[in-house]
Amino acid sequence: MSNENYASAEKRGGEELRAPARASETASNKARLEIHGLSAYYGKTRAVSNVSLSIQTKRVTAIIGPSGCGKSTFIRCLNRMHEVTPGALVEGRVLLDGEDLYGPGVDPVEVRRKVGMVFQKPNPFPTMSIYDNVVAGFKLNGSRDRRVIDGKVEESLKMAALWEEVKDALYKPGTSLSGGQQQRLCIARALAVDPEVLLMDEPCSALDPIATAKIEELIHELKETVTIVIVTHNMQQAARVSDYTAFFYMGELVEFGVTSKIFTNPEKHQTEDYITGRFG
Amino acid sequence: MLSAHTDKKYEEDLKKLRDDILYMGGLVENQIQRAVNSLVDRDSKLAETIIERDHEVNRLDVEIDDLCIQLFALHQPAARDLRFITTALKITTDLERIGDMAVNICERALELNMEPLLKPYIDIPRMAQISQRMIRESLDAFVREDTDLALKVCKDDQEVDDLNSQIFRETISFMIEDPHTINRAMKISSISKYLERIADHATNIAEMVVFMVKGKSIRHMKEIPQSI
Repeated sequence: MSNENYASAEKRGGEELRAPARASETASNKARLEIHGLSAYYGKTRAVSNVSLSIQTKRVTAIIGPSGCGKSTFIRCLNRMHEVTPGALVEGRVLLDGEDLYGPGVDPVEVRRKVGMVFQKPNPFPTMSIYDNVVAGFKLNGSRDRRVIDGKVEESLKMAALWEEVKDALYKPGTSLSGGQQQRLCIARALAVDPEVLLMDEPCSALDPIATAKIEELIHELKETVTIVIVTHNMQQAARVSDYTAFFYMGELVEFGVTSKIFTNPEKHQTEDYITGRFG
Repeated sequence: MLSAHTDKKYEEDLKKLRDDILYMGGLVENQIQRAVNSLVDRDSKLAETIIERDHEVNRLDVEIDDLCIQLFALHQPAARDLRFITTALKITTDLERIGDMAVNICERALELNMEPLLKPYIDIPRMAQISQRMIRESLDAFVREDTDLALKVCKDDQEVDDLNSQIFRETISFMIEDPHTINRAMKISSISKYLERIADHATNIAEMVVFMVKGKSIRHMKEIPQSI
């Protein structure tokens, strides 16, 4: 083989490594969320600094980083939840399928329907049954037809892999379920309004390993239908569930790329230090 | 240089792994040296000692494997650490095979020592010297994370291959001239082949070092890259 052949072999290797960094890969996999120069503040404190990033459609993107690095604040900007905090401010643009979520005349409630969220601690509505919990959001902006609602409850609970466990107890309180089940109930509630993107802020940190494994399996299934962004402190979890990983540090996006590349051969020194446990 | 892990035990285990590999490398290098000495000096007693000492190499192979598996299980290594431990795991396999080759050389030496000398050994010690240097340099490259040195080792392999071909031609001509030499010539040719394999194992180690440092594989490429 000539030197040229060697060079092309090397190029192929390089291509593979670089691919993730590009926002648009192929026509079938375009960016659903485009974030441009996003900064977020709490009063005068800047929690997220000038982050630009593309979230790929029907892929799982994990956000990792030490506590206080701005990862939760960042995803809260993706469905206009950040601005709910008093004194909070957002700069920059977040485009969902090309439309700016912060554009004039955009209704934040509609944004939150399209971009759903699941939180760290399962938070089913305490006074509601499992059934009512699932369709709490759906009923607000959907049909009142009982059969449609019944269908939606079943569909959402099936998507959240909870149906089999609760189908005979739909009218029991949501809070009667175990922690892992409650979290899947919250996922079902988020899915009931047909979101395009699902944001998950440390969805497993309050769960045991078995409940965690169920949620992770669910994430694998859900990415067939929705785009997922997950914040996690558990790096093995990021490695297991995500296609892309973004590493945040001190409010800045340090590195973004294909997960397998980030965990085997990251480009940046800081990323390397963090994922190998060299941050003291 | 990277800063230390916040987990001190992990840091110590990684250091121990590095030290164990170096110790095993030194041992194996010495085994080859003495194996070839037992041939050149026709010292059968030495050959037996070396065969006996191979169990030490085997023991280290098992120990290092265990340590690597333990590190994987307990620390879920990532990035550089992951590549380092994976490389260590592969290096021990190569070193263990080199140890076996040293034993094979001794076995042939024991047989050859019982027969009259076919010819003075000139190229075999040279091959041994280069192969040993390749092992040493590949492990230096491993410790210093030096890809240039690793690439040099890959290139040096050609020198050993050439000597092997030369010895092969030479032993064939002995056999053609006098069929009585076949037995001895075949054994010399085998020893040359063992040394050639040793150099290949050193090349494997060097290639893994490149992977460890750069995260890029250069294995099974027809030509060695000039730089990485």
